[in-house]
Amino acid sequence: MREAAEEADSPPSLMSEDDAGSGGSSGERWTADLRGAGNGGGARPAAPPDQVLENVLESVLEFLTAARDRNAASLVRRSWYRAEARTRRELFVGNCYAVSPRRAAERFGGGGGGGSVRSVVLKGKPRFADFSLVPYGWGAHVSPWVAAMGPAYPRLERIFLKRMTVSDDDLGLIAQSFPQLKELSMVCCDGFSTLGLAVIAERCRHLRVLDLIEDYIEDEEDELVDWISKFPQSNTSLESLVFDCVGVPFNFEALEALVARSPSLRRLCVNHHVSVEQLRHLMARAPQLTHLGTGAFRSEAAPGDGGMSMSELSASFMASRSITSLSGFREVNPEYLPAIYPVCANLTSLNFSFANVTAEELLPVIRQCHKLRTFWVLDTVGDEGLRAVAETCSDLRELRVFPLDATEDSEGSVSDIGLQAISEGCRKLESILYFCQRMTNAAVIAMSKNCPDLVVFRLCIMGRHRPDRITGEPMDDGFGAIVMNCKKLTRLAVSGLLTDKAFEYIGKYGKLIKTLSLAFSGNSDMSLQYLFEGCTRLNKLEVRDSPFSDKGLLSGLDYFYNMRFLWMNSCKLTMSGCREVAQRMPNLVVEVMGDQSDDGEETEIIDKLYLYRSLAGPRSDAPSFVKIL
Amino acid sequence: MAGLGFEETELRLGLPGGGGNDAGEAARSSGKRGFADTIDLKLKLQPASAAPAASSDDDGVEEEEKEAVAAAAVTPAGDGKMKSQSSVVTAQAQPDPDKPRAPKAQAVGWPPVRSFRKNVLAVKSEKVSLVKVSMDGAPYLRKIDLAMYKTYQDLSMALHNMFGSSKIKDENNDDEMVHTYEDKDGDWMLVGDVPWEMFVESCKRLRMMKGSEAIGLAPRAMEKRKTRS
Repeated sequence: MREAAEEADSPPSLMSEDDAGSGGSSGERWTADLRGAGNGGGARPAAPPDQVLENVLESVLEFLTAARDRNAASLVRRSWYRAEARTRRELFVGNCYAVSPRRAAERFGGGGGGGSVRSVVLKGKPRFADFSLVPYGWGAHVSPWVAAMGPAYPRLERIFLKRMTVSDDDLGLIAQSFPQLKELSMVCCDGFSTLGLAVIAERCRHLRVLDLIEDYIEDEEDELVDWISKFPQSNTSLESLVFDCVGVPFNFEALEALVARSPSLRRLCVNHHVSVEQLRHLMARAPQLTHLGTGAFRSEAAPGDGGMSMSELSASFMASRSITSLSGFREVNPEYLPAIYPVCANLTSLNFSFANVTAEELLPVIRQCHKLRTFWVLDTVGDEGLRAVAETCSDLRELRVFPLDATEDSEGSVSDIGLQAISEGCRKLESILYFCQRMTNAAVIAMSKNCPDLVVFRLCIMGRHRPDRITGEPMDDGFGAIVMNCKKLTRLAVSGLLTDKAFEYIGKYGKLIKTLSLAFSGNSDMSLQYLFEGCTRLNKLEVRDSPFSDKGLLSGLDYFYNMRFLWMNSCKLTMSGCREVAQRMPNLVVEVMGDQSDDGEETEIIDKLYLYRSLAGPRSDAPSFVKIL
Repeated sequence: MAGLGFEETELRLGLPGGGGNDAGEAARSSGKRGFADTIDLKLKLQPASAAPAASSDDDGVEEEEKEAVAAAAVTPAGDGKMKSQSSVVTAQAQPDPDKPRAPKAQAVGWPPVRSFRKNVLAVKSEKVSLVKVSMDGAPYLRKIDLAMYKTYQDLSMALHNMFGSSKIKDENNDDEMVHTYEDKDGDWMLVGDVPWEMFVESCKRLRMMKGSEAIGLAPRAMEKRKTRS
């Protein structure tokens, strides 16, 4: 269970949760106290009281794992600070620019040998980078972090990177610096290619986990490296190998051989270059798999040209009774779907979000998945498909419905009807992401009442400013009901036609909300003010295309230090407003991006604002399109 | 076209308000009137009409401008400029969200679906036109799917967001980027010369090159057009 893996577009095979901890080290600047154990001259060197206390403290602190708790402990007094620093096992940096790598490494270094740190979590670009809103070259380079951590944490075992730029050289340095590396996970990263993967495979002899999730692999098809062949030739300790995002062809024979000599392998997610014929071979080599990413799930033969029968494939699934999670289905031939029936009853996680299947094709599958807790699907299954999910999956905790056609004026195949059905059948729902074109307040209100355990509610009505499709009203009441009734809510994304009223509700009731995303919403700056003043736990706010001006921005001044970041693009902010924030808040870094001319007027509307608290001051690696105020 | 300076009817893939480079302008002004007249990518905003629409539409200012321009761009060749202008005005005069709106330019990154997913699904629907995009001075080579865009303006916005700026810092001065593409015949052409659909069909890869290097392009492009038509 990865405590720091943030909820994101990661496949259901990785549990998604909110981040542990408040993100980052304490804000106070401590100077080291060298008082130590002064006993007076001539006394026997018995362990001084201070030292005993510290030893006991360290033993106790071992049990504190959440970063937030450890941060609190470190503030009690200096000895606690030192003890905590020596015993921290995981370094969590929610914004790689919030602190300098060297400072972070020193803070938790604990002297030679690298202290206790065994795991590092680093997150870089703002999330809107996923939607092409942050230009390439913006930053979040992992290089300085590897350079600083190499000497400081030679016994590092686990690295988790999200939205970082990682070059092949960086991967080489990682392999060289951390000989004990057991886990490398990269989510939404870019900058590396199969060359870098080859170095990791070859040099990290203790590797147990290599998870590559929605990364952008820089590969020219004519420069591919056969990285799969580079894993050790002896039995490996691999437990998890996820590479469905590595879209280039690979050496299948090498993979089959690798799987055969990896007796601990539990999770294998291959890319779409794997046919069902090949999949059978892999499954035969690894009957102990619990998580399987099935690749293309179609035959390598041309349609009508023979190819494997469904029952042959089904035999493979019958032999793999440990499977609890399935994904892939990237080019699924629906005729092969019945092959997975043997494992459906045990499935807790199913990712059909790349499978263009109809309700009719889904029904016989989903009707057997009584234990399903996580389900990702395309909207091609329609409201009818969702109704079937509601009827069977009473234990469902997480649902994501993605659009096949992600454009504003697409038809949209799911609506308020599907949402209502889900709310009635899946009462234990905790997390939902739902893309649609038509929605009603009534359905959202129903969900708020039927699913009180909701922690994450993300509704994306794709057409901008869409009102309730039946009443024509804004969607204020729906989202208002969500924040009122779902008392555990920590993450919210809103859409549709929304007035300031919606944000009044959110500010008033959304006391636990940490992450909030708005787009094309609100009428006036009051919306922002409601949020800043009301949402006391607000940590991450992302806003786009909303009519908020400098006044709204400035209403957040008292709150920015409590937040990891604020992102605003295509609103009505001006350079002078942003400058005022920068001037009045010395521990914030205020970045403005876009095509403003250098000598533009201060009243010029800016394109993108990204501000974040930081102990490191303005970064030195900002590209020319970023202006740091 | 009566009464309008020709510059206003030129195709420019430069960013809104951005200056052009003289070579490009000279090249374009010499020839391709027909379709070019109806596509005015240079934003000529009427500030008066922009203001009220801003408050009722709830769009970001930039989005609105781009909407208006895209509405113009979609108008087929014919009356040309005047028709475009009226589309622009019409789009802004319809603040009521219930009324059918003029076709909008797509907002970049909306709906918020990751490009990884978008690319996978686009390939599925076989409507894909993936081309490589490079920018002089940037180490990145990216791929975009031209089928995701409906107009040159959409494409321009996407490139702007992808690479951050159309300017690169030269030692002496800021050198404006010029968008060029390699067509089926292997020739390098200036983006924007031909109707959008024709461009999507013939474009094999995109390159954003320094304006100073693009000077030689236009005359060849012109010749090609002559031989084609």
